[in-house]
Amino acid sequence: MSKVSSVSAAVEKIPDGAVLMIGGFMGAGTPPMLIDELVRQGKKNLTVIANDTARPGVGIGKLIDAGLVKKVIASHIGTNPQTQKLMIAGELEVDLVPQGTLAERVRAGGSGLGGVLTPTGVGTTAAEGKKTVELNGVTYLVEEAIKADIALISARSADYSGNLRYSLTSRNFNPLMALAAELVIAEPNEILPVGCIEPDAVVTPHVLVDVIVVKGAEK
Amino acid sequence: MNDKEIIARRVALELKRGSLVNLGIGLPTMVASYLPADAGISFQSENGIIGMSALPDPGLAGADLTDAGGSPIGALPGACAFDSAMSFALIRGGHLDVTVLGGLQVDEEGQLANWMVPGKMVPGMGGAMDLVSGAKRVIVAMTHTAKGAPKILKKCTLPLTSVRRVDLVVTEMAVIQPTDDGLVLLETAPGVTVDQVVAASEAKLLMPKAPGVMGIAA
Repeated sequence: MSKVSSVSAAVEKIPDGAVLMIGGFMGAGTPPMLIDELVRQGKKNLTVIANDTARPGVGIGKLIDAGLVKKVIASHIGTNPQTQKLMIAGELEVDLVPQGTLAERVRAGGSGLGGVLTPTGVGTTAAEGKKTVELNGVTYLVEEAIKADIALISARSADYSGNLRYSLTSRNFNPLMALAAELVIAEPNEILPVGCIEPDAVVTPHVLVDVIVVKGAEK
Repeated sequence: MNDKEIIARRVALELKRGSLVNLGIGLPTMVASYLPADAGISFQSENGIIGMSALPDPGLAGADLTDAGGSPIGALPGACAFDSAMSFALIRGGHLDVTVLGGLQVDEEGQLANWMVPGKMVPGMGGAMDLVSGAKRVIVAMTHTAKGAPKILKKCTLPLTSVRRVDLVVTEMAVIQPTDDGLVLLETAPGVTVDQVVAASEAKLLMPKAPGVMGIAA
């Protein structure tokens, strides 16, 4: 069965209240059509796990602007005054996680691991409420794995089977998130015949990708 | 020469050929401007690239080639791109030689606070906690005071970025090295006296040797 879908049909699979992982770093590598369609369909009460909320009008910032998000798990929100405003007003729950820890929690979630041990954050507010473990004289925080209902992935290319390759700094969290969600929706810039991405260039194996949206599939 | 330029030019002298360096957004980014083109230093941006360069020419900005602030950058031949787990494995795993970060406060234990002001500014720590925990060498590049108030304190009052002791603090007035004994005043900026540095600092500054004059990259 073809994985290729229209953007609207793909986003219809996302229920209100879904926990989403969304790739991207300050908008680079955030799937633009999927974001716009989430706003158009007005999905509500979303939990968004992502590196950041970009800026107003950019990437995930569009979801914040539209008031669709009830909780954000991210490493940085400083570039989006709207996120900060909603957080201070108590209208948006924000869980701040060190960036490397967020990456590893997502990777662990998709890799069958319960979590990771990291020295990052020991002795800081990031350690509050978390267990610590001492191994070989070093103290580590126990950081739990994290998973999502749906991952929204941006890629440079897909083939029709779902193999993905990425482009430069747009890769960021995308390959990690493609491992860690029940349903993985990928938005590549282009979709190619199977075999056109050489095996060594594939970063995300096709078995992880459930739906591929592409410009032109919109009918 | 303004304060930030003095700081950036001094930090530039700390970066050795062959090293992998991460520059924070803002003042630290300026450091790259004061290194010769053949300095032989690789710059990492934590959003997933080694080999970043300044944007080469107008019109060559690409949406897929950005720095950690989301601004377009260039890349040098030999650059490599990777995901966020690899990026932070490099940072945490002892593969990053130097990180240069901004600071809000540094204290006598050499601990840094640079990521939030409770009730006022809660941007999130981004990569800062990982960078300070994991880099082989941490250099703080910051102005000596904020609106006249000292930033070099006996004890940080803001939430810490890490309990790790930073390796060097460079301000427009001085170069300070945190040690087991406390903060050692290594250098004062040209035209700045030791007394002026002491007056602008709350922390006790140790001077086992007479401080030298701060060098500044051409």
